[in-house]
Amino acid sequence: MSGRTIGTIYAKELRDSLRDRRTLISTFLMPALLMPVLILGVGTLASRVVNRARQEVPRVMVVGGADSPGIRADLEKSGRFRVEAASAGWRGLIADRKVRAAVEIPAGFEKALESGSAPAVTIYGFGGELNSGMAMGQLRIFFTGLRERTTTRLLAARGIPASVARPFEVKEANVAPPAKTGGNLVGGFLAYIIITFGVIGAMYPAMDLAAGEKERGTMETLLCSPASRTDIVLGKFLMVLTGSLAAVACSLVSLAATLAFVGSALSAGPAGGGGGIALAIDPLGLLGVLAMVLPVSVLFSAVLFTTSLFARSYKEAQTYAQPVVFLAIIPVGIGTVPGIDLSLRLALVPVLNISLVCKEMLSGVWHWGYIAAIFGTTTLYAACALALAVRMFRSESFVFRS
Amino acid sequence: MIEARLLTKVFRDKRKGEIRGSDAVSFRVEPGSIYGLLGANGAGKTTTLRLLATLLTPTGGTASVAGHDITAEPDKVRANVGFLATSTALYARLTAREMIAYFGRLNGLGEADLRARIRSLADELDMHDFLDRRCDKLSTGMKQRTSIARMLVHDPQVMIFDEPTLGLDVIASRAIVQFVRQCRERGKTVLYSTHVMSEAEKLCDVIGIIHGGRLRAEGTLAAILERTGETDLEEAFVRIVSEEGRS
Repeated sequence: MSGRTIGTIYAKELRDSLRDRRTLISTFLMPALLMPVLILGVGTLASRVVNRARQEVPRVMVVGGADSPGIRADLEKSGRFRVEAASAGWRGLIADRKVRAAVEIPAGFEKALESGSAPAVTIYGFGGELNSGMAMGQLRIFFTGLRERTTTRLLAARGIPASVARPFEVKEANVAPPAKTGGNLVGGFLAYIIITFGVIGAMYPAMDLAAGEKERGTMETLLCSPASRTDIVLGKFLMVLTGSLAAVACSLVSLAATLAFVGSALSAGPAGGGGGIALAIDPLGLLGVLAMVLPVSVLFSAVLFTTSLFARSYKEAQTYAQPVVFLAIIPVGIGTVPGIDLSLRLALVPVLNISLVCKEMLSGVWHWGYIAAIFGTTTLYAACALALAVRMFRSESFVFRS
Repeated sequence: MIEARLLTKVFRDKRKGEIRGSDAVSFRVEPGSIYGLLGANGAGKTTTLRLLATLLTPTGGTASVAGHDITAEPDKVRANVGFLATSTALYARLTAREMIAYFGRLNGLGEADLRARIRSLADELDMHDFLDRRCDKLSTGMKQRTSIARMLVHDPQVMIFDEPTLGLDVIASRAIVQFVRQCRERGKTVLYSTHVMSEAEKLCDVIGIIHGGRLRAEGTLAAILERTGETDLEEAFVRIVSEEGRS
């Protein structure tokens, strides 16, 4: 093995890859643009839709309640609804999104309120539809308020204090420091970014440097040189790893810049302070996550390079790369499911272990035994994949596979 | 010098079974001479040349190239061989200069030597006009000259050409043939595979006819014609190949 030869091959591959549009897009452009597009673009759009729904005064129908005019008058007076008497086919109108919600008031409701034995009020809406859901929520708030006011009035009429119906309050408090809360919130997402871009960044260089070279005929030219097969694999692998690390770095820098921009925009907004969305992340946890990037990038680079070596052509390599991407992303998705915690068994599952440990480290939880096991096993898996790549590259049946 | 001794390569195919790409091939190429390996497509030329360039490992026999055994010292063999084939392409995104420099570095040349060598090759092959142009922007002739410079950058003793004129026009082919002659004049050991009879007639000092992985006949052009009683190489080639097919 010669460091000089590996360096020569790496330097050439780096120069070559920096001139390859596909590699530049997957390694730099996509990771840099995806975060602003997702957070600013999709986030702004979602926020606009929700705001518009909030500002809307929903059209609501009242079913029955002819003998309870006071309730209907109160609904109208609240200013939160456009109240109408239910017409025939009101259910269809809700399903067609022409009416946001309906409330069914049983006969004799107002009278029954006085005796404290009123039957149930039923709220109807379009499940899963944003505007309908908001109208239903407003109706729920209205009737909950009515229930509380009625309880207080009935108790007062009997000379009983209102506190009897609410003997104590329940309060909640977050004792976790803001950094840990923030870490818990973004831990899964950060792992998702690292792993997704770790794969995407390695994918195109791996395909280009192995299958692409075979297809273009430059692999045979390279094999004619005195460079050993191991040196060639290592030089090329280092370039694939560079692609993976560069994509992760670009995505993280882009994410940080986007969040900083959103934070400053919110604090400069008319509300002043922006509702306190500022997300604090434990810097130590962040360092721990960054340390995990290396073995995970080595693993993906080695696996993708190996599959690409097996392929006869660039197109075939793309076919093999797709399952690798899915195999990487699915465990990360599982890792973001609440309630799945790191255990010794899960610490041995590649990719999923990285996702779980990132969440823990960002939440300020440091299970050193698990961290060592994850770092060790991921490095071992990566070394196995790399050894397989070297073995395959030495095999004529793979290198001259056509 | 090249000396192949019972060089054999057996490929195993799931459907076709055992395929003998090279079957006990023995020949010798002296420095300052051109040995032509003549054969039809699939005769075993490329396999034999790839074995000698250490791209493939023999399953039997061995060979010595520039004094080094192909199985024991493959790295040293490659350091002394220049290999040119239609399948040895150029890196499209590198310039001609970068391409030559890359292979110079892989062959252990220092930066100062490399600069001098590139200058000398560019003079010799008239490459100055396109030296800094990307290889994917070069004409076929320019690409050929760049490939030749790549092959020569480490000044190898042994030159192996695997059908180097395949797919080239007359002008580009003539330039290659001219270059191969120059290699002989400089005392290089040249092994040249082709299926073009006229090339073999014009170029080769010794011709080996390969068919079905086996070397069927060997000798000077005159000797082969005399043995077969034919007046041109094409007829002699067909006779040898069909005689062997019947035997």
